Amino acid sequence: MSLISYLTLAALVFAIGLFGVLTRRNAIGILLGIELMLNAVNINLVAFARFHGDVAGLVFTLFTIAITVAEVAVGLALVIVIFRVRRTVDADRLDLLRG
Amino acid sequence: MTGATVAFWVVAVVLVASSLGVVLTPNLFHAVLYLAAALVATGVVFLLLDSPFLFGVQLLLYAGGVVTIVVFAIMLTERLVGERIAQTSRHVINGAVVAAGVFVGVGGFLLQSRAAGARPPLTGDATAAIGRALVGPFAVTLELLGVLLVVALLGALHFARTEE
Repeated sequence: MSLISYLTLAALVFAIGLFGVLTRRNAIGILLGIELMLNAVNINLVAFARFHGDVAGLVFTLFTIAITVAEVAVGLALVIVIFRVRRTVDADRLDLLRG
Repeated sequence: MTGATVAFWVVAVVLVASSLGVVLTPNLFHAVLYLAAALVATGVVFLLLDSPFLFGVQLLLYAGGVVTIVVFAIMLTERLVGERIAQTSRHVINGAVVAAGVFVGVGGFLLQSRAAGARPPLTGDATAAIGRALVGPFAVTLELLGVLLVVALLGALHFARTEE
């Protein structure tokens, strides 16, 4: 398969993840959409690394994965603490910072 | 059609279908299960790109770690509220238009880019090359990443702990 087909697949998954982030009301659902988008980026990185014969792309994929795990841990901790305070994870009703 | 082509199309269909499941299913728990399928399919894409090490990392960290903590978060929040969390969507049309626009934009850019060369032959063991790069040119980055992980997990612990 050519590089273009991998990049198209990644773009499709990225668009689907973006759709999830934009339309989900639940904060955990939004986090799942972000996961999908980051995965699409990883596919891009690995595809470019393979087709250009450069190991840097693979190393950066590892970094992205580790940062995503940290981001999910912090994000879910925030969701839980917000839930404890507001009794909801509906993103539309989380307006504590509204002036 | 070679075996690799068939494998690519199969895994592409599985990946896109499970991704659609993540963003479209009304049950949040099912969405997480679809996400697990999508993450495993991504790992298989890595395998098709001759990166077995990243396939293993993907399975261990994403499909093993991330999915587990998301499931725990859902169980905690559902348990606290004592009812099923309905997963509804809003602005579906607007979201679909924006997502389709992004896809068309990226796709158009891909179409007019010059055709990339064929896949170069595999040179050496990719896993060994990753290991050498991690302790060579990327050593400082790796250390910083370790600090970041510790700080992020301590922060998550600090947020989520209950006041005694």
